Amino acid sequence: MQSSIELNLTAQVQYLLRIGDTCLILAQRLGEWCGHAPVLEEDIAMANIALDLVGQARAVLTLAGQMEGQQGSIHDEDQLAFLRNERDYFNLTLVELPRGDFAFSVLRNTIIATWLKLLWARLATSSNTELSAVAGKAVKEARYHQQHSGDWVVRLGDGTAESRQRMTAALSSLWRYVPELFDTDAVDEAAAATGIGPLWSELQAPWLEDMHMILGEAGLAVPAASAFKSEGKRGRHSEHMGFILTDMQYLQRTFPGGVW
Amino acid sequence: MTSLVASSLKAARVQQAWEVLATVLDPEVPAVSLCDLGIVRDVIAHASGLEIVLTPTYSGCPATEVIEQDVLAALRTAELGPAWVTLRRAPAWTTDWISSEGRRKLTEYGIAPPAPVRAGDAQAVVFFGRQPNGQRLVCPRCSSNHTECLSAFGTTACKALYRCLACKEPFEYFKPI
Repeated sequence: MQSSIELNLTAQVQYLLRIGDTCLILAQRLGEWCGHAPVLEEDIAMANIALDLVGQARAVLTLAGQMEGQQGSIHDEDQLAFLRNERDYFNLTLVELPRGDFAFSVLRNTIIATWLKLLWARLATSSNTELSAVAGKAVKEARYHQQHSGDWVVRLGDGTAESRQRMTAALSSLWRYVPELFDTDAVDEAAAATGIGPLWSELQAPWLEDMHMILGEAGLAVPAASAFKSEGKRGRHSEHMGFILTDMQYLQRTFPGGVW
Repeated sequence: MTSLVASSLKAARVQQAWEVLATVLDPEVPAVSLCDLGIVRDVIAHASGLEIVLTPTYSGCPATEVIEQDVLAALRTAELGPAWVTLRRAPAWTTDWISSEGRRKLTEYGIAPPAPVRAGDAQAVVFFGRQPNGQRLVCPRCSSNHTECLSAFGTTACKALYRCLACKEPFEYFKPI
């Protein structure tokens, strides 16, 4: 079996991995919808959104690997995607939760697309020119994802009794994982100090503004802030992370270096 | 004098490369060439060969690698010497770079060309269901604007699916980005 790589972890590398891993793990979850969405159009939508997220993850992981090089060895996007141990993934806990029903998935997509739209917009002026170029493209994709998934939140929230009940349940399950999106720590501070990217706490006010607008259209009440703080972005994951990595890593662990 | 000859030879080679690239079709929308789409940003003649600068359309577009191979194959066939492809991500590709010739070809092929990208588009929250009637797409087959969106995502990352309520035909829309 292929053994794990050892990261040369700096604050900057971790800042990038938090973003790249969030895109990567959400893409993996969205891929699970392939062949299972309620209608063909949404099956295609989930796969298309996943494809954009994989593209974004590839670019950011490649960049993180190059930044690691300043400390020693360089890892490529595939090594980073497939050969890390669980504690070395820094995605938001929200994206690793099982896909749930369609309401859960479209609400999660809305939460993340809104957050990514705001983050990419800020990263478009990053001091790292490669990152700013990636962000300039990704912000447009995130906006389209937000538009599509936000529409579904409105349609289900303001729909039948059944759809509304499901959207309300999704909102109450997901909301407790939201504080992690805006929780600022030393990793953020290092990124902000070098101009790589913003403190995530700065994204909170505009994110809430967008979410209030979408949830308002859907006739859903914005839940109160949760005191619980998940910590996936510090490598401390939910019980679901190990299972998703087992799925993702099986091929590379069993057939090292295997390519299509 | 020699350098003058060399530079005009270089210019001729760059010109030839552009002509070749204008014949390389997009693998997923084979109605238009890479040049029509505005993906080819630059052709630079170096002493060691030709550098073709491409800007990818979507972050995860699976056609990007095929496009690189198609470009190199076409240049090889044209015997223009060593060539390689580099990717330029900034500024990001926009559908505004699709030429008017490209838009005409798309319409003929049955794909509605993208509307212009408006400033500030990347930020505002928009709902698909709330687009005013004035912004309805024109059917590329019968030119009626009595159309509706069927699916926000289509057969490729760059398209959405619509249908015309007048001629009853479905058609694809190249999403403005």
